[in-house]
Amino acid sequence: MPDIDAAFLALPARELAGAALSRATELGASHADFRLERIRTANLSVRDGHLESSTDSEDVGLAVRVVHDGAWGFASGIVRTASAAAELAERAVEIAKVSRGLSARPVELAPEPVYSDVTWVSSYEIDPFTVPIADRVGRLVELSERLMSADGVDHVDAQLTHVLENKFYADTAGTMTTQQRVRLEPVFTAVNVDRAANQFSSMRTIAPPVGRGWEYLTGTGWDFDAEIAELPELLREHVKAPSVEAGHYDLVIHPSNLWLTIHESIGHATELDRALGYEAAYAGTSFATLDRLNDLRYGSPVMNVVGDRTVEHGLATIGWDDEGVATRQFDIVRDGTLVGYQLNRQMAHDNAGTFGGDRSNGCAFADSPGHIPLQRMANVSLQPAEDGPSTEELIARVERGIYVVGDRSWSIDMQRFNFQFTGQQFWRIEDGKLAGQLRDVAYQATTTDFWGSMEAVGGPETYVLGGAFNCGKGQPGQVAPVSHGCPSALFRNVNVLNTVAEGGR
Amino acid sequence: MTTPQEFVETALATSSADGCVVLVEEHSETNLRWATNSLTTNGQMRSRTVTVISLFDKSGGTSAGVVSRSITNEDELASLVRASEQAGRDADPADDAAPLVENYAHADDWNADPATTDVAVLQDFAAGLGAEFRSWQARDQLLFGFAEHHLTSTFLGTSTGLRRRFDQPDGRIEINGKSRDYARSAYVGRHTNDFGDIDIAAVAAELDQRLGWAAKRIDLDAGRYETILPPMAVADLMVYAYWTASARDADEGRNVYAGKLGSRLSQLPVRLFSDPAYPELGCSPFVTAVSNFGGMTSIFDNGQQVAPVDWIRDGVLTDLARPRAWAAKTGAQPRPLVENLVLDAGGTASVDELVARTERGLLLTCLWYIREVDPQTLLLTGLTRDGVYLVEDGSVRGAVTNFRFNESPIDLLGRATEAGRTEHAMSREWGDYFRRSAMPALRIPDFNMSTVSQAS
Repeated sequence: MPDIDAAFLALPARELAGAALSRATELGASHADFRLERIRTANLSVRDGHLESSTDSEDVGLAVRVVHDGAWGFASGIVRTASAAAELAERAVEIAKVSRGLSARPVELAPEPVYSDVTWVSSYEIDPFTVPIADRVGRLVELSERLMSADGVDHVDAQLTHVLENKFYADTAGTMTTQQRVRLEPVFTAVNVDRAANQFSSMRTIAPPVGRGWEYLTGTGWDFDAEIAELPELLREHVKAPSVEAGHYDLVIHPSNLWLTIHESIGHATELDRALGYEAAYAGTSFATLDRLNDLRYGSPVMNVVGDRTVEHGLATIGWDDEGVATRQFDIVRDGTLVGYQLNRQMAHDNAGTFGGDRSNGCAFADSPGHIPLQRMANVSLQPAEDGPSTEELIARVERGIYVVGDRSWSIDMQRFNFQFTGQQFWRIEDGKLAGQLRDVAYQATTTDFWGSMEAVGGPETYVLGGAFNCGKGQPGQVAPVSHGCPSALFRNVNVLNTVAEGGR
Repeated sequence: MTTPQEFVETALATSSADGCVVLVEEHSETNLRWATNSLTTNGQMRSRTVTVISLFDKSGGTSAGVVSRSITNEDELASLVRASEQAGRDADPADDAAPLVENYAHADDWNADPATTDVAVLQDFAAGLGAEFRSWQARDQLLFGFAEHHLTSTFLGTSTGLRRRFDQPDGRIEINGKSRDYARSAYVGRHTNDFGDIDIAAVAAELDQRLGWAAKRIDLDAGRYETILPPMAVADLMVYAYWTASARDADEGRNVYAGKLGSRLSQLPVRLFSDPAYPELGCSPFVTAVSNFGGMTSIFDNGQQVAPVDWIRDGVLTDLARPRAWAAKTGAQPRPLVENLVLDAGGTASVDELVARTERGLLLTCLWYIREVDPQTLLLTGLTRDGVYLVEDGSVRGAVTNFRFNESPIDLLGRATEAGRTEHAMSREWGDYFRRSAMPALRIPDFNMSTVSQAS
């Protein structure tokens, strides 16, 4: 396990926490928690082999959250002195008093054991910030130039985002955690331009963002050299592929596409704050309302989904959440039935009767020191079948269908019913075999119909952990990273649109 | 405490780079959030971000190091300057390099303290909101929403002697009213600079009227319908179209605008423009860039004056966003992105007047979850949200189902048959990032409601 960064450990976290928590207690807070966070983010972009942009930003700040007279109060700032930390506690109490008159229900939190002075570091080998910038840019340029030199590739965009995140947390119960995570997301896009026809097409790599270090770009966990070598031919075939005929098709969906459908139609739909209406004015609500727990047929019997904040290299993986709760794995859908939600401590307490226990499953997270923790998504993953089929075997079961690879556009309604997704590659399936690419494909369905049409999930060897850095939720808006693992899976009779026809052409 | 102006001067004085730009952003914000007639979260936040851009001339061009930190003292500033220099020295020449903007005359009050906001700005609003909570609770209806106010003071200094500062106030309310069973839903969103213009009782009355319209539920199939897009929905579509208006992408043949400069996009006398001095939507009159956004902005352009610009005039596409370096390469005029957007097609009718002259059509509230399906045509998909109303013989007859649409804003400009008057309208979809817009309602004879959504 790598060490926690010495520069973060050198910050006076304990002194600031002590000042803030004791001031909050003096002012009568029944609970207070303190966070000191440092989030360092680098964005590199290379366009046609030339450096377009390189930024390196760091957000350091502290936050105090209190429960005072049954109401939440939150304040954050950047000045790292004991007096400034105590003043944040005062401001948090002050705003809790303003809130009290507008709050209908007193805040109470589910209990959690105390973890005194514990540490956790994510699983990676090389912190990308320790790699010279010239080497990081150099790798992007090298892979870009390989793409540029290929026939049919007119432009190449390469982007790399990497993050080093440190969180210190302490609360009035005595829990104190110090944690560190590293993640990165490399994306390469090849573009073909047909000037004569005034047409352009693009295709990008399907390598997922991961909780790994620089080693990810040099062969650990993904083979970028191989993917870059294959991309131009895939793009050339895509450019000349026939446009799909709209209608109903059987779909075999690769994990590089299916992770996003899981994210939108299961991940967000089983956030309890959405189901309870807290996000109604913004991200939306959920069709999977709490009264349907243990009753709602979410999908076919082969559907098993877990929430997990412990999986190695997962983007939502961490040791303790932002309420000092130890993370775990928990069931969300079992044999096709809704059996669980993602929780924080307040919702776990308020709905203890429904869940038969008042323990949070560790899904509170704030994306930065300036924001209050919200219930945020665990790594929500579809489980493979133990002796399940390979992707080729799934394809072999389809007479007339489409094999979908890579994600592209995504959209779902505010109750998580109606979604529409496109992808990077669409392969026609004829009599159980791939028969060339198609283009202009979007698949569209209603969540429970779609998961109900899932006839089979692939075996463990088809399982891939996909994910995103940019899951948005809450007001003020927060952005969180999250992973979703899944096997390849077979869906029967799904509505496929032709996107050119949709555009009225 | 070191002032932001002192941070700028110290960083410039200690820089050993060939060129240097320093940006200090002093930010404060306060917010309230509520659900089911009860406050849920709130906060007061302060932050400061200092960005140091260090430029080095080398063989093949100029390289740039761009490093941002949350700085609290001079020691941290010194290490930031060193980190920026290191990044600049190590970097390859930048593709968008251009000479730094030279000093010029302006009327900024450089020495004034940064502007700040705090929870006091929301006090009257909170009191009014509390009264609405009680009244809605009594009627067994629910309020959800969010109110926030931000103030950002930006101080910009360059090694060419330019010193500029701008104070950007920025606030909004988003209020959603629902029936107790969540089956009926209405929404109002507004941008505000200071909350002085927010009348919470009037907003609540508007929500009430719309929930009343939804008392009658009418089922409609998917299909193409005559549709009145209100100003909010037009903002949802046009802000996205604006963000993709890269001259470089168009010049390279890789966006919807390729080959369209000088072409007619609309039969209506559409003017799409940006003006930093537009009333109540004022924004920075100079470029402040801490990164390069989509090939449309450049960190080398910091301090460049932002002039009013027509992107579309009399229905014809007249300009696209381009940084100075791309302008120099292509012999075109530099056009920085501006932080506001106005669409005016000469209409004078209110939305109510458009409804009154509609025989049969749909009136939308706003759009949601908009994503790009096909960049070639800028085909976007998304949902209608919080109220789709059937209009017959000039009156609202009831609420219909929500739909998923597939449409391109560029195509819609071409098919619009009527525009209403231009009014301040904040995009709901993009309101987290872009709030200063004014739009008219548009009448589309055949809007593509692609599939039905069961969401309410």
